[in-house]
Amino acid sequence: MIDSRNDFASRTRAFLTNNIVTIIFVIFVVAGYLSSPGISVSGLLSEVISRFFRNGLLVLALIIPVMAGLGLNFGIVVGALAAVLAIIPVRYFGIGGMGGLLLCFAIALPIALLFGWLTGKLYNKTRGQEMIAGIIVGFFAEGLFLIFVLFIIGGVIPVAAGHPMIIPRSVDGVAVPGVGIRAAFDMGAHATHPVAMRDPYHVPGLSSAMDFLWRIDFTVALFVVALGVIAFLVIRRVMAKKNKAIKKSTKLVFGLKCGFWGLIALLALHGMLMPDGMIFWFPGAGFGFQAPASPIAGTGMIPVVTGLVILVFSLLTTYFTKTKLGQDCRSVGQSQHIANASGINVDRTRIIATMISTVLGAWGMIIFLQNMGTVSTYTAHRQIGMFSVAALLVGGATAAKAGVKNAVLGLLLFHAMFVVSPGVGRLIFGNELVAEATRNFMTYGVIGLSLGLHVWKTRKAAERELSLDAFDPPPPTNGNGGASNGEGGDSSIKEMLNAPSNATADTVE
Amino acid sequence: MAQNLLEFRGVSKNYADNQVLHDINIEIKAGEIHALIGENGAGKSTLMNILFGMPVIHSTGGFEGEVCICGEPVKIMSPHDAMEMGIGMVHQEFMLIPAFTIAENIKINREIPKENALNSTMSRIFGERMKTLDFKTMNQDARRALDRLEMSLDEFALVAGLPIGYMQFVEIAREIDKTNTRILVLDEPTAVLAESEAESLLSAMRKLAAEGIAIVFISHRLDEIINVCDRVTVLRDGELVVTKDVKDTNVIEIAELMIGRKVSIGKEDNEAREISDDVIFEIKDLHVAMPSERVRGVDLKVRRGEILGIGGLAGQGKLGIANGVMGMYPARGEVLFEGKPLPLNRTKQVLKSGVGFVSEDRKGIGLLLDEPIDDNIAFTEMSIHGNFLNFLGLCDSKAIRENALKMIKDLDIRCTNEKQHTGRLSGGNQQKVCVARALTQKPKLLFVSEPTRGVDIGAKKLILDLLRSLAQDQGMTIIMTSSELAELCSICDSVTIICEGKVIGTLPPDASPVEFGLMMSGICTSALDSENVKEGEVAQ
Repeated sequence: MIDSRNDFASRTRAFLTNNIVTIIFVIFVVAGYLSSPGISVSGLLSEVISRFFRNGLLVLALIIPVMAGLGLNFGIVVGALAAVLAIIPVRYFGIGGMGGLLLCFAIALPIALLFGWLTGKLYNKTRGQEMIAGIIVGFFAEGLFLIFVLFIIGGVIPVAAGHPMIIPRSVDGVAVPGVGIRAAFDMGAHATHPVAMRDPYHVPGLSSAMDFLWRIDFTVALFVVALGVIAFLVIRRVMAKKNKAIKKSTKLVFGLKCGFWGLIALLALHGMLMPDGMIFWFPGAGFGFQAPASPIAGTGMIPVVTGLVILVFSLLTTYFTKTKLGQDCRSVGQSQHIANASGINVDRTRIIATMISTVLGAWGMIIFLQNMGTVSTYTAHRQIGMFSVAALLVGGATAAKAGVKNAVLGLLLFHAMFVVSPGVGRLIFGNELVAEATRNFMTYGVIGLSLGLHVWKTRKAAERELSLDAFDPPPPTNGNGGASNGEGGDSSIKEMLNAPSNATADTVE
Repeated sequence: MAQNLLEFRGVSKNYADNQVLHDINIEIKAGEIHALIGENGAGKSTLMNILFGMPVIHSTGGFEGEVCICGEPVKIMSPHDAMEMGIGMVHQEFMLIPAFTIAENIKINREIPKENALNSTMSRIFGERMKTLDFKTMNQDARRALDRLEMSLDEFALVAGLPIGYMQFVEIAREIDKTNTRILVLDEPTAVLAESEAESLLSAMRKLAAEGIAIVFISHRLDEIINVCDRVTVLRDGELVVTKDVKDTNVIEIAELMIGRKVSIGKEDNEAREISDDVIFEIKDLHVAMPSERVRGVDLKVRRGEILGIGGLAGQGKLGIANGVMGMYPARGEVLFEGKPLPLNRTKQVLKSGVGFVSEDRKGIGLLLDEPIDDNIAFTEMSIHGNFLNFLGLCDSKAIRENALKMIKDLDIRCTNEKQHTGRLSGGNQQKVCVARALTQKPKLLFVSEPTRGVDIGAKKLILDLLRSLAQDQGMTIIMTSSELAELCSICDSVTIICEGKVIGTLPPDASPVEFGLMMSGICTSALDSENVKEGEVAQ
């Protein structure tokens, strides 16, 4: 059926309802920034960018399950637990630096695969309720995890007496091996940490082990990224031209995109070359002007390796969608029934998607913790699921559709919300202290709103499909076909009845 | 064409004690279009389930006899086996993913991986499924399959925006794109198509048959069968009636063979009852969106005190009428009851105005299976008229019990007592509880859908007698919908046949099987020269 309401107003309305979450967050961030005189552009950027690298991989971990129709995988919490389980022995034996971190990744892999397999099994048993099952599995796994870190370590697995990670215990003033891991332990200072620099016997830890490998200034990174994006756009266009698959409207879009990234590159160049502004004076001409100070200078340093890791996994996620397994995931996500009828092993595909997500969640958690520098043993994993899901949703994803773009945009907006929350608190309540409440409200609010909208849209679509107009549009379209059909049948029958009907008589006997 | 491509040899199938197929022998040659027709329950779908190795067959003890392909007996244990042996199926309901392109749908789970260095490395480490896909070749394959069907669709268009008629072609394209497809089963492929689309589908079928593919064509449209098929096999009540060359037969004969001679179930007086011309209930241009039972503009008049039967093949919309009037599914149109318009899509209003409903979905919406009989009987009346409630608005259990005891006695419901849960009753007694519940509302008009479905033969007669006595003795008007023509003919005063969501015509219960058969395939006999029909009857 042709949609007759394809006019500007309805398209605008559709755009608003489809992107309402993102729009709310943009308004919130802009309002929050304007009402926070204490925050400069570079200050805001600095906070947002550092959180972006901290959480990036965790949010990417959610994309594949959405594709496979599992919804938002709140179950990456078990991946986070796998990460903590992997970090504990590495820290216990004091293996530090990038080597120690790589060891964490290696140990986390089999644990996360096992956890992911179990979670995937559970999802197959709780079909249609995967998101709730994911939340519950996080709580349930936490219980088992606590038993392990509080009782098994030290209780069953022997530990050294007086180890700083273990809850201390002494008998008659003599330290004996304790039971359980402390509520918090640190990841060990990085070699470049001021305290570590003063200590000639310092053993490098895991803290910032990846972040501090190679850092460059934000403006340089932004310049490189902007040039990279422009190069990508140009290459893609040239390729498309070769295949002659260019529509007219894309020319304008292409121009706008290139222009935007060009401006970004100029802005970055400005920050790189004249961070504090510069006075130009041409003595001969008696003319001069002053370039303003760069708003983005002083944002800080960018962890290049962490950034590259996130980039690589973004590319891998995109690559995955183009593989046979990715196509199977999409088929399963669209319709388990049809996928099954086509011979795709639906259960297995769903389990693989969950396992990939759990592993990425575990590795993302390791990156998160090396950035944080300390591990709250019992609680570090708790918010991971909720916050990652909320960030993805803010980027415009739904429980049925998510991509790398949503993850990137969502990460930036969601964490900008965190930074400007105190400003909004002041604006609305006259009190900055409600910031925590505002953050919680926005985080859980966005999850509720997104899921609510998703269910609402799905139900609308189902109703539309079941409605009368969907299969039987009102007249005049319907009457004609049937009538002519009937007539066609009649005339042929009349001819046949006029013919001798001996055949009829034969067979009845 | 000497060898038979597909052969059923002595195939029989029982579901528990119920024999649904009895010694079926069919031979289908390469390049042949073979029609398979029969009423509901004739065994068409069971036969196709056997051909496809559906789990429903093998979980119920398999079947007797054998299926042969190219003369060799084969074991088909799963749909996957069937696919391997080159059997393709186009289902009545579409198996297409709307958010995928046509090419992706055609190539689902048969995607072609790219062969390059990266892929071979990836597949060595992570397995075959990590190869990237060659969308270019996939699109070309899809294009070729669509060209074979002479469809000019873009292979990279999304299925979501396609007109419903084109989806059928995408399904067929998917089946013929499988390189080894030799046998293609089309289950009612033209039911959803407009006339011109159906015409191009038929010509595509002829083209495929000319390429040597054997086509099994299941359809209720007899004129199409005559038009396109080489041979036709008629099934009735699980038995093979006959296989004939289409050139040796005609529509009338096929219709007659399909229906057969029905023995009326215990009809005592054959005289037509005197019924007033007072129209109590009238439907004008009713459309109902009941999935798989869609109603597309039905007009109907029901006289006071009459039992009107509504018949037709499954999926043609006969069940949608009662459900639409009662507001179970979205409906549009005009319904007049005793001269006053009934609001559509308002179940409570309709019940209140004196229309009762016994649904075909007894266990789904007819009964609360975990509640006792007496409550089940009283529930509707309680919420419609507020009876069986005491002055506090709570259940008056004494009145409920008394009413239930009366109904149990009147309708002869076999139960341990009135507190027995309805889930524990036999099908026939459950049906009686449903009728009792409707009767408790004291309706002037009663819709009864499939009253004898899942009811054993003895109870069938009791229920039909009950309906008849309601009409005869209490003057109730009854609209009975049933898939069983025999029972419609045995108690109804007239029978209306629905096909493709429309009324085809109304016949007296003693009309000839030919007339019923033709009407069920959408051919209106009232427009025919009536003398010819009579001649036909004489000739028999």
